Amino acid sequence: MDSFIVISLIKAAVVFAALMATLLYLQWVERKVIAHIQVRPGPYRVGPHGLLQPIADVIKLMTKEDLIPPYVNKPLYLAAPFIAMTMALFSISVIPFGPMIEVAGYKTFMQLTDLNIGVLFVLAVSSMGVYGIALAGWSSNNKYALLGGLRSSAQMISYELPLSLAIAAPLLISNTLILRQLVERQAGSILEWNVLHGPFPQILSFLIFLIAGFAETNRVPFDLPEAENELVAGFHVEYSSMKFASFFMAEYANMITVSSMAVLLFLGGWVAPWPARYGSSLVPVAIFAGAGVVALYHGMHPGHRRDRRTLPVFGAAFLAMAAVFLLPAVQAWLLPLFWFCAKTGSVLFTFMWVRGTLPRLRYDQLMGFTWKFLFPVAFADLLATGFLVAWFG
Amino acid sequence: MDVILFLIFAIIAVVCAINVVVQTHPISSAISLVGVMGSLAVLYLLLGAEFIAAAQVIVYAGAIMVLFVFVIMLLNAGAESKHGRSLVAQLLGAPLLVALLGLLAYFVERLYPRGVSVRFGGFTHGTPLDIGRALFTTYLLPFEATSILILIAIVGAIVLAWKEID
Repeated sequence: MDSFIVISLIKAAVVFAALMATLLYLQWVERKVIAHIQVRPGPYRVGPHGLLQPIADVIKLMTKEDLIPPYVNKPLYLAAPFIAMTMALFSISVIPFGPMIEVAGYKTFMQLTDLNIGVLFVLAVSSMGVYGIALAGWSSNNKYALLGGLRSSAQMISYELPLSLAIAAPLLISNTLILRQLVERQAGSILEWNVLHGPFPQILSFLIFLIAGFAETNRVPFDLPEAENELVAGFHVEYSSMKFASFFMAEYANMITVSSMAVLLFLGGWVAPWPARYGSSLVPVAIFAGAGVVALYHGMHPGHRRDRRTLPVFGAAFLAMAAVFLLPAVQAWLLPLFWFCAKTGSVLFTFMWVRGTLPRLRYDQLMGFTWKFLFPVAFADLLATGFLVAWFG
Repeated sequence: MDVILFLIFAIIAVVCAINVVVQTHPISSAISLVGVMGSLAVLYLLLGAEFIAAAQVIVYAGAIMVLFVFVIMLLNAGAESKHGRSLVAQLLGAPLLVALLGLLAYFVERLYPRGVSVRFGGFTHGTPLDIGRALFTTYLLPFEATSILILIAIVGAIVLAWKEID
């Protein structure tokens, strides 16, 4: 019992620290990706290739004046960012990152807690997250904020329906609500993943899930709650300093949750695309070695003066990572973690790609799209999956 | 541990429920109601009914109450002012409440004289599998009847809204 509490505390601390670091640098990655889509270098001044920019941003946000306007409803105004942040962090606690591992004699899962209603828990917590935004909009006592809050609650209620239906379809195939079992039933090869699984590949459900996920996290092209050109900044217009930052962090944490749920439900979790005996364990080595060689090459032919010193360092770090992946001692937990992060990262990259590519929808288009198109399609997809599973299963 | 958790969340539920009535602003009342729903979900979880707990949060706290909050925000309802309470209500309100609670306690005592105590974790049929099996075998008719009832309500709402447009 005591060791259980200690291990749980250690795991919670590790996951929290890793999540915070990811949140910090996800924003840097997003700025870089969008900058490159728009053919500009992005953050470049603070640290090599702007790598210290997130830390500078955090210092800036923390030292800013924390202004509370006199006309707000104070208890709810203060509670809203807290609710948003708590709900965003809550759902991470059931996400499994990898299989069972053994550290110093203790066997433990790479997951904070394993619920037998894991999928429902994530749905429940994410449906509570809307209160943060809605209350922030209402308690600010500002018409732009109120409109943003209203839009967000209407949008999140509407898109929750196709999202839940899209989640239900792969669950019919996997026949479990436990996230860990969900991944174990997709083990083997890429053909066992729910997105390609027979008798009915869940590609349609995957796309619906992604679209509804964009809307649930208030991301472009569904970022109506904070549409700058209509609502100034929407629901968080009256927030400053760390309160604004917690909304920002909650949005990124929700992005990570939606991406990991997409990976767990459709893309096979931490399972490699093909078995290790056909060399899937060499893929991370090849990727990191390739990145290292490219960085070293560009270090030899620098485009900027500073690159001559920084890029070889990065190259050496990448090559070291490639070497670490070859060690048999760490492969048992590092490889599943790599595949989970690689898949989640790919989904996150899609989020950024879409943000850099698509314009924002109009509000009536947003509502019409989900009620008149996405919801019937998700429903038909669920029905078809159910019939096929009953027929072949 | 179970008893401590039960006491914490039972107290939260009762305090939130009282707060729903006491608060003058509709939004504060609605948020208190969310608190009631959430602590009820935790109580279900303590009893071993995981699926009911999740459904409670998803349906009541996450969907219905969001809709309530949405409508209150949309109508921009302001705080109510306390006025026009009749002398009868002021004088007899509290004694009548106590009398009602006393009667309820009395009948519960009469109906269950031996005091069947609930054991935490004694109930193990709360998994989604059990609920689904029960819904589609033993309770199939009530389940389908309820869904038709809800369908009728939706159709009725649309018909009523339609007249408004004409």
